Amino acid sequence: MSETLTCQELVEIVTGYLEDALTPEDRARFEAHLSACKNCTAHFDQMRQTIALVGHLSEETIPEESKVELLELFRDWKKKVR
Amino acid sequence: MSQPLTFYTDAELVAALRRGDEEAFRTLFEKYHAGLVRLAMSYVSNRAAAEDVAQETWLGVLNGLDRFEGRSSLKTWIFTILINRAKTRGQRESRSLPFSALGDADSDPDEPAVDPDRFISPPDSTHRGGHWASSPHTFPEAQALTSETGSVIRNSIAALPPTQRQVITLRDVDGFSADEVCNILEISETNQRVLLHRARAKVRRALEKYFAEGKS
Repeated sequence: MSETLTCQELVEIVTGYLEDALTPEDRARFEAHLSACKNCTAHFDQMRQTIALVGHLSEETIPEESKVELLELFRDWKKKVR
Repeated sequence: MSQPLTFYTDAELVAALRRGDEEAFRTLFEKYHAGLVRLAMSYVSNRAAAEDVAQETWLGVLNGLDRFEGRSSLKTWIFTILINRAKTRGQRESRSLPFSALGDADSDPDEPAVDPDRFISPPDSTHRGGHWASSPHTFPEAQALTSETGSVIRNSIAALPPTQRQVITLRDVDGFSADEVCNILEISETNQRVLLHRARAKVRRALEKYFAEGKS
């Protein structure tokens, strides 16, 4: 990577940045670019929003049917081991 | 009623399960079952098969309680059991699938995070180019996930190559750390990061498209 990052280069290291996996130099380049580039800031926001939105999938609930089956599975297991 | 899961340590939970404490089992499956099914979906062809694999996993967990040594967290141990079962089931299924359905879909070496058309090509040798040709826009802020946005995300994750799907599901949905994911999936740190980046980039693309269509 040269002295400064282009926008096209920046979008490839967003996860590296968020994972704290960049070298201190690349981290500084990343932050310098971001502070001066409205478009990359918007892209970076999109990535963070994407992560947050994907996280909402964890709110999915278990169907009642599965709960009943799992409790049956547990009771059967208990009978067998005792 | 016994105390909620947050008051249990892994060791306490395992001890409660060994005693046959149904409330402990309920707390545990309410926390992880949906995640197990979600992860199994990347190995098998449909939801019913994924549910089966998750249930087999719970039975494996119960039967294997004496083997849990606490070297990894209980959560990691449970998900590792799931992966072993899901792989076996997936292999059995793939033998009955047409050959075209197989293949290593993760081997796309230079997949850009953003469509190269979104950037201006270098105009001449003095410029390096690579600037945005069309501006990205921050997504509209929403407090909760609408069912439509949820579908866009679920569909884009379902369309990912299996390992990308596994990594984004474990990291961004089920909250595993990078280290845990490397352990569970037996991949390197770098590989984990590349897969996560590609997966997030594709979901971001799907969301950008969806929100842009909504505006027009």
